[in-house]
Amino acid sequence: MNQNMISIEAENLTKVYLRGSEEIPAVNDVSLRIKKGDFISIIGPSGSGKTTLINLLGCLDNPTSGELCLAGRSIFNKGRRLSERELTKIRREIYGYIFQSFYLIPTLTVMENVTLPLTFYRKPDTENEAVKLLKLLGMEHRKDHLPGQISGGEMQRVAIARAMVNRPEILLADEPTGNLDTKRSAEIVQVLQELNRNAQLTIVMVTHNQGLARCANRMFEMKDGKICQIAGKP
Amino acid sequence: MITKFQVAYKNLLRKRVRSLLTLIGIALSAWVLVSLLGFNQGYETSLNKDIDNMGFQLMIMAKGCPYEAATMMLKGGTGLKYMKESIMDDVAKEPEVEKTTPILMAAVFDPNKGESGGVAGYFGIEPKSFIEMKPFLKFRQGGWFTEENGYEAVMGYEAAELEQREVGDMILIPEKNVQFKVVGILSRTGTQDDGTIFVPLKTAQKVFGKPDEITTLGIKVKKGIDSTRFEDKMYQLPDVQVVSLAQVKQTIMQLISTAKVMVLSIALIAILIAMVGVINTILMSVHERFQEIGILKTIGAMPGDIFKLIWIETLMLCAIGGVLGIGLALILSKVTGVVIRYLLPYSPSGGLVLIDLKLILFTLAAVLCIGLLSGLYPAWKAGRIRPLEAIRSEIG
Repeated sequence: MNQNMISIEAENLTKVYLRGSEEIPAVNDVSLRIKKGDFISIIGPSGSGKTTLINLLGCLDNPTSGELCLAGRSIFNKGRRLSERELTKIRREIYGYIFQSFYLIPTLTVMENVTLPLTFYRKPDTENEAVKLLKLLGMEHRKDHLPGQISGGEMQRVAIARAMVNRPEILLADEPTGNLDTKRSAEIVQVLQELNRNAQLTIVMVTHNQGLARCANRMFEMKDGKICQIAGKP
Repeated sequence: MITKFQVAYKNLLRKRVRSLLTLIGIALSAWVLVSLLGFNQGYETSLNKDIDNMGFQLMIMAKGCPYEAATMMLKGGTGLKYMKESIMDDVAKEPEVEKTTPILMAAVFDPNKGESGGVAGYFGIEPKSFIEMKPFLKFRQGGWFTEENGYEAVMGYEAAELEQREVGDMILIPEKNVQFKVVGILSRTGTQDDGTIFVPLKTAQKVFGKPDEITTLGIKVKKGIDSTRFEDKMYQLPDVQVVSLAQVKQTIMQLISTAKVMVLSIALIAILIAMVGVINTILMSVHERFQEIGILKTIGAMPGDIFKLIWIETLMLCAIGGVLGIGLALILSKVTGVVIRYLLPYSPSGGLVLIDLKLILFTLAAVLCIGLLSGLYPAWKAGRIRPLEAIRSEIG
């Protein structure tokens, strides 16, 4: 397969935590290949290692061993550890993140929250991205509101816009609907599906909710640090 | 796009009361700092002005004679020692001397003064040479004496005010039963001249029974003369003491040096307290935003960006607090002056707290430096927050 067509390629990725003198392999020898524009979901019980995996894929943490290539760039290999600065540089070029708790800055308006990443790092041609995204997500009329003045579903839309404002190649969604009711959850996943289709955005979503996980193109399950695909095209 | 300044500013508004309290702490310490430094330079400036306004740099008096009006008054006019007027000619011969002026000091108890009587200070002066020494004396009313030995008096501002005298009034020297006609009242000088009544030297010598005698010889030396050497020379004259104003000044400065050390320590303590307050506020704010800062890092903020953000917050607090404090000091400088005057053993008459642009800029710079220093640790700490730790609490 053409290297440019692959977003994430993990090879024997392992992360071992120490609890006392006991070694706990939270992610155990995981190999995974995610094509550009793919939408995958990962389910699994608490403690199965899915969050550790998404942290490794998302360059929030260094693996104990294994290799990781993102968009054709080798990130982790041969046990090389990256500094916080290096990880940040990779993250802001490649990733957008959304979380269960939205993490909007309460003192900033919707618009300011969305444009906040641009304060730190800015890709070219992103001037109108925030306005476009808010319009796309149906949040334009809320742009001067504070996060405290809008609903949970709306907050997650703002968080999505913030994650997308620097045109990431990959969107990592960690329990994006964990704090929302069924209806709002479905809406958020629908938004993600649209972004995936229209913008050729690669999405990796971790969730508890099997029903939502099925909306992805491929569905994986994590168990005891191991991953296996349970639905979708191989 | 939102700037780091806006983010920092909005964050300070989040906990308004806390920010305000910190701000007040900084403002108070800036106020103390600027006021005390202002006092430091104001006191000396006023003292110098007071001393310059005396018009002569050296006084020669008979050994043991009190050399300024206040002491004379305190002693009730006793203890004065006299010199022959001829000493003036000896001194005037010296090449270093530019001008001299003879003065006969006298103090008279006046039972009508104040509630239980008081001492009035008289200076017998030679108008011509005295005026040359003090060209800055101005009249509020009237002018100098018309005759060298007439019974005319010029009153200092406060002396006239106290007794409600106008030009044309007659004043009586009770013990001597002599009347003087007030011909002039001086404007306020802010020196001891304000409390003095001036009469012609010749008349004073006659009235106080000291013909051809004086208590004080004021000397103005030529420019560029080493006054210490000249002083030594003057000590060659028999039975005199030489009082230089530099000496007077030094005595006073020594008198207040303890007070100065104390006020500077207070300023230092105030600054330290403010600094600890700032560090505490910012650390708390960093701690509360632990997750938020972690998230900023996941959305692309470098450790340096976070450092800057927190540093800007500290700087903003310090800059605003500093400006407030300096404003407070400017507005309250008069009050500060009054308080200091009350606390110190001796104060010159001019403004005690002198706040100029240089001092303002210095204080502002000092407060900002303190801000930069105080912000260092919290900012560094915030910069080191790892995004993973920040969000770990949530994801299982």
